[in-house]
Amino acid sequence: MGTSSDATDRFVRRHIGPRPADRDRMLEAVGAESLDVLIDQTIPKSIRLPRPLELPEGESEQTCVDRLRRIAAKNRCYRSYIGMGYYGCITPAVILRNVLENPSWYTPYTPYQAEIAQGRLEALLNFQTTVIDLTGMDVANASLLDEATAAAEAMAMLSRVSRGRGRRFLVSPHCFPQTRAVVAGRAEPLGFELDVADPSTATFSDDVFGVLLQYPDDSGAATDLTETIARAHAAGVLVAVATDLLALTVLKPPGEMGADVVVGNSQRFGVQPGYGGPHAAFLATRQAHIRQMPGRVIGASVDVHGAPAYRMALQTREQHIRREKATSNICTAQSLLANMAGFYAVYHGPQGLEAIGRRLHRLACVLERRLERFGCEQRNAEYFDTLRIGVGSLELAARVPDAAEAAHLNFRWFDDGDVGIALDETSTEADLDDIVAAFGKALGRDPVEAGDDAPGEEAFSDGVARQSAFLTHPVFQTHQSETEMMRYLKQLERRDIGLDTSMIPLGSCTMKLNPAAAMLPVTWPAIGDLHPFVPVDQAAGYAQIFAELESALCGITGLDAVSLQPNSGAQGELAGLMVIRAYHHHRGEDGRRVVLIPSSAHGTNPASAVMAGMQVVVVACDDAGNVDVDDLRAKAAEHGAALSALMITYPSTHGVFEEAIREICVTVHEHGGQVYMDGANMNAQVGLTSPAVIGADVCHLNLHKTFAVPHGGGGPGMGPIAVAAHLAPYLPRHPVAGPTMARGIPPVAAAPWGSASILTISYAYIRMLGADGLTDATRYAILTANYLKARLEPHFEVLYARPNGRVAHELIFDLRPFREATGIDEQDVAKRLIDYGFHAPTVSFPVPGTMMVEPTESEPLEELDRFCEALIAIRGEIQAIADGHADRQDNLLKNAPHTAAAVVSDTWSHPYSREAAAFPRPFVRAQKFWPSVGRIDNAYGDRHLICSCPPVEARGED
Amino acid sequence: MYPDDRKYSKDHEWVKLSGGEATIGITQYAQEQLGDVVYVELPEVGRAVKRGEIFGTIESVKAVSELFCPMSGEVTAVNADLSDYPEVVNSKPHDTWMITLKLGDPSEAEGLLDSAGYQASLG
Repeated sequence: MGTSSDATDRFVRRHIGPRPADRDRMLEAVGAESLDVLIDQTIPKSIRLPRPLELPEGESEQTCVDRLRRIAAKNRCYRSYIGMGYYGCITPAVILRNVLENPSWYTPYTPYQAEIAQGRLEALLNFQTTVIDLTGMDVANASLLDEATAAAEAMAMLSRVSRGRGRRFLVSPHCFPQTRAVVAGRAEPLGFELDVADPSTATFSDDVFGVLLQYPDDSGAATDLTETIARAHAAGVLVAVATDLLALTVLKPPGEMGADVVVGNSQRFGVQPGYGGPHAAFLATRQAHIRQMPGRVIGASVDVHGAPAYRMALQTREQHIRREKATSNICTAQSLLANMAGFYAVYHGPQGLEAIGRRLHRLACVLERRLERFGCEQRNAEYFDTLRIGVGSLELAARVPDAAEAAHLNFRWFDDGDVGIALDETSTEADLDDIVAAFGKALGRDPVEAGDDAPGEEAFSDGVARQSAFLTHPVFQTHQSETEMMRYLKQLERRDIGLDTSMIPLGSCTMKLNPAAAMLPVTWPAIGDLHPFVPVDQAAGYAQIFAELESALCGITGLDAVSLQPNSGAQGELAGLMVIRAYHHHRGEDGRRVVLIPSSAHGTNPASAVMAGMQVVVVACDDAGNVDVDDLRAKAAEHGAALSALMITYPSTHGVFEEAIREICVTVHEHGGQVYMDGANMNAQVGLTSPAVIGADVCHLNLHKTFAVPHGGGGPGMGPIAVAAHLAPYLPRHPVAGPTMARGIPPVAAAPWGSASILTISYAYIRMLGADGLTDATRYAILTANYLKARLEPHFEVLYARPNGRVAHELIFDLRPFREATGIDEQDVAKRLIDYGFHAPTVSFPVPGTMMVEPTESEPLEELDRFCEALIAIRGEIQAIADGHADRQDNLLKNAPHTAAAVVSDTWSHPYSREAAAFPRPFVRAQKFWPSVGRIDNAYGDRHLICSCPPVEARGED
Repeated sequence: MYPDDRKYSKDHEWVKLSGGEATIGITQYAQEQLGDVVYVELPEVGRAVKRGEIFGTIESVKAVSELFCPMSGEVTAVNADLSDYPEVVNSKPHDTWMITLKLGDPSEAEGLLDSAGYQASLG
């Protein structure tokens, strides 16, 4: 059991919602004598784990946090001046406390139900506006995963925009090495030819469709790209520029140089480097290309009352609608971090940001002058914050690393002996003294010789200096005192439903508890401050966390090796498919290009397959919602030697443990294909079955689902992949740090271990629960779903179940029968649930016209019962329409959600009472959540695109 | 409901034939299925299209539908109003044209449905 102190505070009882007495009541309702019996009835015997998980026993929160503290202490926090896209920064305390450490900001889901997400939608719009203004472009999205994949997305986007003009894409040698590696890895399966070519001398021939530049570049040089871009355009070539937001406070933005797409990351706007992440990357472009942009885009529209309202715009670009024709496979992005970066801009405002930029530049100029007095040569004619120092001779250069090490400093080491020094917001004059002292020691010079005076001019010409204003919108002027900022953050937060409000039963999203104890390490300096490219001996703590986490994930999946690099589920899918592709390639079977995907699959599956250069062949589902095994066999045979893989979700996206799963995997293997398992539904597997047992060769795990990383309003996520031994040699490598398997596929993320800092959350979750706790969590996840089925199936048709009536951890209720009799659809039910204080279940995936419910193991019985009460009441409201007691148009559902403004208005013309609208049940009165807007006009929003902060008059305050 | 001054395809397009030219739009049924149209993507003038080929897409908030060309030919005109006012597809589907074609093979019209035939096909 553990020590006596642990025995009184086992974490599992904090994590699981239903108490023992509740469990018994629920078992009675579902008609099972015990949890074990229920599980036996739910999971096919043929795939049950023969033994319990072999993981360390669970421990209390205190024990786990203490242990993590000791592990983190093994990380050495040198001062890093490595640059390459990652910089030290200061997170304003008001943002740290009220956003990053606040469940109201990190527990909500992606804002698909816009009426209850106006807070974070406004925050994301601030982020988009920040990017648009600083880059000088027209539109920006609401974040991508990292700068390197953003650059790859830019390449794919330019290819679409140029409508197949050619297959060659040029990349400047001055782009960050990790960016070049990721872009190369993404280019190859798409059939693009990547050439590294110096833009200033490159030939833009007819077969080139685009070019990627970096500004300021890998050395820190800030060269005006206007002429190069003009030359490219004259040749019909489109241009993407990777840039740095802080530099753009003082330097001319790429948008003013003619760039077609601008990418970068916003990490230095108040988000710690986190040994690789998470942080929000961005992509900005011209208005004309908006429909080709990947990722989520927030837009402004109006609600049914004509009031301004925000929403996710142009969703038809995205994978959940376009599937294999989507602009990208991206789903989860980096919303929480984008919000933090946007708030950093709001808090500092344009004057504050420019002051940070100018101060930083001045420090760099001082450092340059001081080092030059040692006889060093600074290579960049123009720069912002990064110097490239030539030390004089290779012998002298060889001495600098030791001096740096002794002073606990990290610089960027170039192959030719040059040293890169990237200063940042945290740099002080004292830091310059230490850098100068280290160089002095290496070069045998007295630091006094370097002096310490301030330079007169800037180190960039007028031609490259920023002339234009930015962040002129009032939101960037009016929240500069901490009181104003705190209240603004709180006002926004109150408009949103998160797990701190009520249950969010979104099917396949696994909105479970994000344990507070697990969230503690993320903000420790020993975890947050590390630059991803520090020498690995400075990150021994992280190395231990990675090793133990990988081992745990191998134990849970039954597979043999793990890559922690993919930073989202979709990224994991792409990585897994590329690993499979490499495997076939090395066996001389390049012709395997077909991926079989069930029609019920999540949209990211076909989207990822296309990005891996595969051909998608859809496998039908039978009437029971299961994969049609005959169709699968036929298609596997038809494609035979061309079959690369099957992508399968298990249990299915319909919430069923398909009996035929092993047979399906065997069929695929018989034809030489590999089985990729989408791990989105792992919450119904852990400890009871596993991907290995069902026959998968590779799977991804959504750490932001089953493994308790918070959803953040749309990211961060992590999507590590676990593979069987025969695929392990192909796991992603990285050019700068991390794994270096000879046959490994190119990196799939900018950082070697993805968003490393949030791995601590899943690590803690797994350690605190232990083998027993994790398995219990799965049992209760299945129990709560079957309980909802028992309570609600008298009122709503359940679409799919096992022949014995059992569902897995989620289930689908069919709302289509109501449409004809009453005109009510799933959107109406979703909006009416808001009046009851609930976020709707997943609507319209995987089956249009239905809702998919996943309660998770964390919800207490009281909350499950409240949710049932709400849905049963709504069923009654629907029946009233069918019976003719309520109007078909003017009813509680069609007019939902009801705002406070509508309900307290002097004019109330509806045929039902205000009380019925706003307080439909007693429990709602006790904990009312008011939507800040009424039902949003989506068509209006997509027809009149506004994707940056609208003018204040439009906000309708009177 | 479905005017008899034109032919119809099973993909819910209408085709008005005149000399060697065809004018093409989508039917009432199609716009009803789509919901509020927010965007129509149409080909460039001069593009050659074959019968059955996708010549564009039409988007509502929640769905994208491909437009399948009912007859082969060369695109001679494209309705530029649709980029600013896509909603007219919903309000006046039979009066809203999308493209005109110079026909490659006018006999392909025999494969199209007449008004009664299309109405019947909707069941």
